[in-house]
Amino acid sequence: MEGSVRPGDPSGSEVAPPPYVRVESVVKRFGDFTAVNGVSLDIQKGEVFCLLGGSGCGKTTLLRMLAGFESPTSGRILIDGQDMAGIPPYERPVNMMFQSYALFPHMTVSGNVSFGLEQEGLSKAEIRDRVDEILGIVHMQEFLHRKPHQLSGGQRQRVALARALVKRPKLLLLDEPLGALDRKLRERTQFELLGIQERLGVTFVVVTHDQEEAMTLATRIGVMNRGEIVQTGTPRQIYEYPATRFVADFIGSVNLFEGQLVEDEADHVRVRCPELPVPVYVDHGVSAAPDGPLWVAIRPEKMLLTHEAPASGDNWARGSIKDIAYMGDISIFVVVLAGGREVRVTQTNIARSVGESFSWGEEVYLVWDASSPVVGAG
Amino acid sequence: MAGPTVKVGQVGDPERFTPLWAAYYRFGPPRWEPWLRRSGAGRKLVIGIPLVWLCLFFLAPFFIDFKISFSETRLAMPPYAPLLEWGPDHALSFHLHLANYRFLLSDALYVSSYLYSLKVALISTLLCLLLGYPMAYGIARATPTARNLMLMLVILPFWTSFLLRVYAWMGLLRNNGIINSLLLWLGVIDQPVQMMQTDFAVYVGIVYSYLPFMILPLYTNLEKHDPALLEAAADLGARPMRAFLRVTLPLSFPGIAAGSLLVFIPVIGEYVIPSLLGRPDQLMIGRVLSDEFFSNRDWPVASAVAIAMLALLVVPIVLLQRVQARREEA
Repeated sequence: MEGSVRPGDPSGSEVAPPPYVRVESVVKRFGDFTAVNGVSLDIQKGEVFCLLGGSGCGKTTLLRMLAGFESPTSGRILIDGQDMAGIPPYERPVNMMFQSYALFPHMTVSGNVSFGLEQEGLSKAEIRDRVDEILGIVHMQEFLHRKPHQLSGGQRQRVALARALVKRPKLLLLDEPLGALDRKLRERTQFELLGIQERLGVTFVVVTHDQEEAMTLATRIGVMNRGEIVQTGTPRQIYEYPATRFVADFIGSVNLFEGQLVEDEADHVRVRCPELPVPVYVDHGVSAAPDGPLWVAIRPEKMLLTHEAPASGDNWARGSIKDIAYMGDISIFVVVLAGGREVRVTQTNIARSVGESFSWGEEVYLVWDASSPVVGAG
Repeated sequence: MAGPTVKVGQVGDPERFTPLWAAYYRFGPPRWEPWLRRSGAGRKLVIGIPLVWLCLFFLAPFFIDFKISFSETRLAMPPYAPLLEWGPDHALSFHLHLANYRFLLSDALYVSSYLYSLKVALISTLLCLLLGYPMAYGIARATPTARNLMLMLVILPFWTSFLLRVYAWMGLLRNNGIINSLLLWLGVIDQPVQMMQTDFAVYVGIVYSYLPFMILPLYTNLEKHDPALLEAAADLGARPMRAFLRVTLPLSFPGIAAGSLLVFIPVIGEYVIPSLLGRPDQLMIGRVLSDEFFSNRDWPVASAVAIAMLALLVVPIVLLQRVQARREEA
């Protein structure tokens, strides 16, 4: 059985199981605007799948189609092998946590959470048990009789989560789940959310425009742009090996250089960029057509600032420091190269002296490893 | 020319400064806003204007009316006896005449008019609610263009005189009116249906005239509802009807209350519609009031009728406010 393990399979199970959610070339048009344009996706049971993209990229529309609030113009959506066409939201095995939380303002916390169970026609005692249980999980037992307007943002978020989870859905849809929380609370809630997800074994589909949120929550990310999924992969794959220039630019910050291929081997490539004094040497191959224009992406944290001139004939640049931003844990430097091109470099402040050794206007060298750059065509 | 030149009126010439100008120069233009804020004068003004209006045109007339309701009728000008009177022995005498109220209770005409008014008001309010709720809901859910058009249509009847519209209904409902003629011509009936001077005509007239007062507050409420709430209800397994009953209906209670009061209160005292369309044998209290006042010239009894009507209205309003306050507390 060992041989059949797929390297990209995040669940790591022996045989690839049938996907729990399957989206088959789904298109959604509103009038002559195409919100979702031929998206195909497989999501496995137990995954936390993040749909990441800017506003208007179609991620929310896709989520709403999974919930049943919109129906696809063409294509199919299958959940647990069942075609969802024509199945209204109230009959789907899916629950959603709304961006605005959409708590019922006239009901108490317990009223909100028990609402879904009442629709199932469960007995009063069972409803009470399940509401107690789920409110325990989200630490909201004391607030049973409060109304939503008497709760803080973080508490409302918990109630919204409890209300969706109490139905024991196999698939939970979360629309910007942490969007309304402040930074400190987000970090804590993020980990709690994952804890709950693991404990209950629910499959999560999360929509977010915030890459940090996507990175920490997701087992896999689907980056969306203009109604299409441009890349799917683990957070690491997306960050380290962006497939397109859009992904490279969208996820994290990056220095992008235009260039031409000068050397193309199976194990390495060399790219000449007009903005850089020496070629960029990359120790992995490039899959694109070699004669077209290329882009080279280097992450700011993968560059090193130094005063010493590098000995190597590749992978360095020279410039003067234009700006320094001291962020505490890291420092951000903006270095102006000879041609006027600005490059962003970050240095981790592992020692107190790191940030102090560079000052404005200083001439410095930027050096990076041959494994760091990512090269693509287009 | 010898001697110093004096630049008259130049700013910065301290000798030309009056104390007021000095203050202006030192502190800048007067700033009323902090003072307004601190003293709350602005707030007092905003509340004060309607307060003065209500005192002048509601509270004062009410007290005059209240006073008259305790006097005796008299053939004089004004046609009632004063409460305070200098007797022949120059003693100030105070006559509190309760007979008017006793009379209201003892005479079957008044009691039955009150009950009839209550019945008509309750049923019309209910009919307005049943008709107006779906209309308001439809308007609130329509596209912005359609919504404006529909709101316009709701308000449009106000552009013609109320009296004229009631007369128009007479033309429709008469025995030889449009509806009867049409039904006769179609052969649905062979005798004109008596619609005028029935309860039916009263309800038609009242519901027609007061429907906008139900629709508008309901619309304002329903339009504010977050559509995500209904989606959430559907997501949690509630069919559309359940979602409506559990989410939309309870949330629209303030709109229902406002609309119902706006219909119920004026209908209790309605005079024109029942007089023109209604039964001659069963009067509503507004008609009784006007008859007492203008035909009988019995101001004290008329005043007593008015005060009793007010009492009749105050009870449901206070009850409703209680309910609403309790809902907000919970």
